[in-house]
Amino acid sequence: MRTPLIVALLLATPLVAACTENAPAGGGDAGDARTVSVTSTDDGCDVSTAEAPSGTLTFDVTNAGSQVTEFYLLGEDGLRIVAEVENVGPQLSRQLVVNAPAGSYFTACKPGMKGDGIRADFTVTESADEPSVSADDQELVDAALTNYSAYVQDQSDQLVAKTREFVDLYEAGKDDEARALYPEARTHWERIETVAESFGDLDPRTDAREADLEPGQKWTGWHRIEKDLWPQLAEDYTPLTPKQRAFYADDLMKNITTLDNRVQGLDYTVDQIANGSRGLLEEVAAGKVTGEEEYWSHTDLWDFQANVDGARVGFEGLEPIVEQKDPALAKTLTARFADLQTLLDAQKTDTGFTFYDQLGQDEIKDLANAVNALSEPLSRLTAAVLS
Amino acid sequence: MTRGLPAGEIGPTEGSVNLPPDDTGEAIGLPAGGLTITFGFGPTLFRDDDGRDRFGLADRQPQALRTLPHFPADVLDPAKSYGDLCVQACADDPQVAVHAIRNLARIGFGTVAVRWSQLGFGRTSTTSTAQSTPRNLFGFKDGTSNIKSEETKDVEEHVWVAPGADAKADWLAGGSYLVARRFNMNIEIWDRQTLGDQEDFIGRTKDTGAPLSGGTEFTEPDFSMPGSNGPVIAKDAHVRLVHPDFNHGARMLRRGYNFVDGSNAIGGLDAGLFFIAYVCDPDTHFIPIQNAMAKSDALMEYLKVTGSALFAVPSGIKPGEYVGQSLFA
Repeated sequence: MRTPLIVALLLATPLVAACTENAPAGGGDAGDARTVSVTSTDDGCDVSTAEAPSGTLTFDVTNAGSQVTEFYLLGEDGLRIVAEVENVGPQLSRQLVVNAPAGSYFTACKPGMKGDGIRADFTVTESADEPSVSADDQELVDAALTNYSAYVQDQSDQLVAKTREFVDLYEAGKDDEARALYPEARTHWERIETVAESFGDLDPRTDAREADLEPGQKWTGWHRIEKDLWPQLAEDYTPLTPKQRAFYADDLMKNITTLDNRVQGLDYTVDQIANGSRGLLEEVAAGKVTGEEEYWSHTDLWDFQANVDGARVGFEGLEPIVEQKDPALAKTLTARFADLQTLLDAQKTDTGFTFYDQLGQDEIKDLANAVNALSEPLSRLTAAVLS
Repeated sequence: MTRGLPAGEIGPTEGSVNLPPDDTGEAIGLPAGGLTITFGFGPTLFRDDDGRDRFGLADRQPQALRTLPHFPADVLDPAKSYGDLCVQACADDPQVAVHAIRNLARIGFGTVAVRWSQLGFGRTSTTSTAQSTPRNLFGFKDGTSNIKSEETKDVEEHVWVAPGADAKADWLAGGSYLVARRFNMNIEIWDRQTLGDQEDFIGRTKDTGAPLSGGTEFTEPDFSMPGSNGPVIAKDAHVRLVHPDFNHGARMLRRGYNFVDGSNAIGGLDAGLFFIAYVCDPDTHFIPIQNAMAKSDALMEYLKVTGSALFAVPSGIKPGEYVGQSLFA
């Protein structure tokens, strides 16, 4: 109860050159005609209107039933999901916003998530706010998915090759060469880090940092070896024996091989790619720009660049779609990726990048600001692609 | 001070012009503001880091009063952790709480020294049914199912140390353990998560605080209710992992606060939740829950623990007694 020792919150906020932009895309006035209320019950689906003008439609879905429900807007064929909202609990409401061109649709509530749902016809009529959709939307999506899949596989291939080379050097005690290759091999991991992380078991075995360990968890993977190669900062450190080296090297190689096997034939969705792009920038913000990821080697900027590479590839694959749905967002993202890259380029050296502990506080701050500037609009990418 | 009187015998402006005032003065004209002061004893009051008895109290050290173990995501700053003694001052007006800490520290110089302190604001849990649930800096209601003072049976069972619970430390009977954890929130990254994801991480809606299994804020979560992809309250949802149903029924009396200590070196808010919980036994009512959370909770992606401490809080005292009399007498 009650307030202890409050902070005198003098938030002087010198937002360096804080530019704002971003007009909301399309749609415009969410007039009442475009707001549809839906009440889902255990055996009914009450939709307030069966017709709405084209543009940005808002479905306010309320669950008056006793089990979790879902609501769908389906295409004319009754199969294609135009938009959906899942996991609406009893007595809860959820909003579904969808950019819908004129045409015939179905609405469907799916209480208990079973069957085809309780369906009704729904018509979207022509209006001045007709969203611009192109017939080759699906082609753009297909191209994005194919390209991304190829990118992940290619990175995974290179990861396997470089990791093999790295663990061989490490096992052979060629530490200088192993140290030089460490950040290069990890580059291929970091570019597809969000895919690797989607395998909940592999990530902790491969990329855990010492501070992340659970009680009783054995520390393995990249960073275990990193510490052994750069023990200068470690207190009372006992170097690993050749036998131990072989164990950690084999273990890493085994896990990377497993990752590679699992990546083969993985299918993606556009929202996974967009979320992955956002996720990679979050990795940068959480661990790389702070110098926490590569605590022993200080090779954080290699990882930083690799995360940005992966995020940019994800975005660029989706860019033709974003160009159509939200051109202002596409423009902003392109510009901010470039701004961040300019800062990274300034840290490039003959052998890679400046080590994190050699960066000035101003340089770190500039990088962090650029990460924030990019991450904010990037957090709207998924919604833009799905709109 | 809890009666609104000056900290010293003379007063902030009543004394000699040649002497520093014995009350620092910033609470002149302010009411007591419901000031409460809670004292606790840390493990190092009993034994130093090498296990040596410091003040002849080692044989009375409660069994559970040990330095908390390392948990995943702990990145502890020793300058914000541990301690021999603790003082929690709470008041309706922060100036009153500051006044209490400042004057107590001043009185204590020479005998005690301040190791660390933490300012907080906007309580993060209700401790009475008369209060509405406040929000933490993630923007969610926090402490919906906190133990309320009206739930006397639960307070008895989960908060107070029962007589005979610890043979060596019967002085602690009727007291409690105070667990303090400084949870830094990664505010900027959190703010970029979609509303749907934020709600999935917590397991409750952001507006009313209702569990995702439906109802209103105080509806019990239905953890088995099926959803579109697995249970509607996800396996890694915060509300599931810390719920008594999955922790042998353990509940806590939380009395924590939000904090913002300015910004860090890269312009991020140095902010989060200063978690304070009172429990009858940290070995059953805190450590397993913190481990479950650190291991599986979706929220951990946005949290880092930077401070940690455990104290034993002796029971209240009668007129004429002093704080901790049961321990020192």
